[in-house]
Amino acid sequence: MPSVTSNLLASAASVQPAAAPTRGEHSTPVLQGDHSLTSISDKLSDIVLYGPTGRWWGVAFWVSSALTVLFFGSIAYLFYKGVGIWGLNEPVVWAFDITNYVWWIAIAMSGTFISAALHLTRQAWGASISRFAEAMTIFALAIAGMFPIIHLGRPWFFYWLAPYPNVMSLWPQWRSPLVWDFFAILAYLLLSLMFWYLGLLPDLATLRDHARTRSQQIFYGVLALGWRGEARHWHRQGSAHLLLAGLAVPLVVSVHSVVGLDFATGNTPGWHSTIFPPFFVAGAMFSGFAMAMTIAVLLRKAFDLNDFINERHLDNLAKLILAMGLVLAYSYMMDIFMAWYSADPYEIYTAVNRMRGPYAPVYWTLILCVVIIPQTLWSSRVRRSPWVLLWVSVAINIGMWLERFMLIVTSLHRDFLPSAWGMFYPTIWDWAILIGSIGFFAWLFLLFIRFLPLISMAEMRELLLHQQGPRHAR
Amino acid sequence: MQDSGPTYGLMAQFSTPQMLLEGVRAARAEGYVCVDAYSPMHIEGLAEALGFQKDHISMFALVGGIVGGVGTFGLQWYSVSLAYPLNIGGRTPFWPGLVPATFEMTVLGAALAIFFGMLFGNGLPKLFHPVFNLPEFARASHDGFFLSIQCRDPHFDAHATRRFLEGLGTMKVTDVPEAEAL
Repeated sequence: MPSVTSNLLASAASVQPAAAPTRGEHSTPVLQGDHSLTSISDKLSDIVLYGPTGRWWGVAFWVSSALTVLFFGSIAYLFYKGVGIWGLNEPVVWAFDITNYVWWIAIAMSGTFISAALHLTRQAWGASISRFAEAMTIFALAIAGMFPIIHLGRPWFFYWLAPYPNVMSLWPQWRSPLVWDFFAILAYLLLSLMFWYLGLLPDLATLRDHARTRSQQIFYGVLALGWRGEARHWHRQGSAHLLLAGLAVPLVVSVHSVVGLDFATGNTPGWHSTIFPPFFVAGAMFSGFAMAMTIAVLLRKAFDLNDFINERHLDNLAKLILAMGLVLAYSYMMDIFMAWYSADPYEIYTAVNRMRGPYAPVYWTLILCVVIIPQTLWSSRVRRSPWVLLWVSVAINIGMWLERFMLIVTSLHRDFLPSAWGMFYPTIWDWAILIGSIGFFAWLFLLFIRFLPLISMAEMRELLLHQQGPRHAR
Repeated sequence: MQDSGPTYGLMAQFSTPQMLLEGVRAARAEGYVCVDAYSPMHIEGLAEALGFQKDHISMFALVGGIVGGVGTFGLQWYSVSLAYPLNIGGRTPFWPGLVPATFEMTVLGAALAIFFGMLFGNGLPKLFHPVFNLPEFARASHDGFFLSIQCRDPHFDAHATRRFLEGLGTMKVTDVPEAEAL
């Protein structure tokens, strides 16, 4: 599907002999194994049409279903009782709710970004990971979008954020980042969905034509919209894909910048800083890449996809994580430096309190997870061991959750006057909604890998075409 | 199957992308205009070989972006300066605060226009098409490369066109019935 893309790199990869033994990552072709067009479609469509192998899927599905019930049950109870069931108080008016929001939206940032940026820069290896990364984006974003709504005191009025004709003369406050957030999430969710579906169309047609049962045929037939692989259709689809990718990259940056502005516009020590938008974007890329890594390692193992997601993919993804981690570490340093340089006693106090106050264990754990552990990725051996990468990426996402918690709660819990100081302790409902949201994400993802191809077959075919040349690909 | 009513055209199957590309070029050189090519992936230069010039997707994007951006900025401007002017501490509305929503909706407008423009240009959704009458056409989404020449082509002649297609090194040439095979 991607038009002119991937041409350069894919052909470069195929020209270089696979035997070049040393560390050159380009010695590994993007697509490994002895594949033909037929074997690609068979391998990837069988996962969907014949059901996932093994009992693990069923077990995982039931566990995640239980957690999904926990998630929605907790939300139902929250709507019944109100936000008082959480550990919120004055002065800590934001805690797990907004932490979860920022964490999920950050995970959502990188899926479409990886796919779009690698597409635009003609990185052929991106094709194998783009589909499930985009799915990750959509699911994480859908979950993230729920948190600002459920954290409202009167969640049933959330639609007041939208400008609509009404008899109350009610308009959104256009200068509020919370209103910008509404537009940013709306645009990002819809764009990500369209980007994903555009890439799915040819694959849905493959599933329609491969279907074993009448119901599969109807299901995929309707979703494929009658795609028949006509050359002009491919051309339009390729242009649309390229243009959407070009729009997605600045959109991603804007969305998480707006999330950063949610904090930066508040006159609260520890938040009121111009570094926040870029700092949040870097953190979002970092945690999103880490989540993509976690999922890539697990899927590769579960469905034996080593031909499609090989060492080269993991190695490249690990390098991206490392680079973003360094940007983030620099941002932490600058955050502390700016607090000191501002000579503002409240800013300095907040910075010191983060390191030495009651939430110091959170701070140091996050430094361990986010700054220290990723440094192992300098080693090429680590970057080539899937299981080490899995643990590193999980640690990063735990660290990133703690980072948001630390940023939010430490800035709030020591107000300007000591008489207004307080502490936040999570209740069982805080934990239920956090764990439930992770379960709901897993539930959506398990359904996705069960019903849709988790790697783009059309892009893999195109990759094969570039690797083997148009005369030999069959 | 061929006796069931009018025919849509002839469908030739090729074994490699290169042969399809050459087949398309040969058909165009022969003077055929109602030619379509089908493949399981995008093939560089195939649409151009069919005489396809511009897909106008970028024009859709531009118009969609302008509508989204101007519309959102206009709505905000109307809201803050005409419908409900807010004067907070002497600070009247100032345009930079209106930029983020305008940017997001510009992108969204362009994205919607691209997506639906692509579907509109391709004439999708169209769940039935005569080419689906061929059982082997299922391979067009899999590993088959197809070329069709339609009856409505002024050059079309059932026998001559079939001979021409067979001369291209095709695997198989088949008649495509127009009506849905039940």
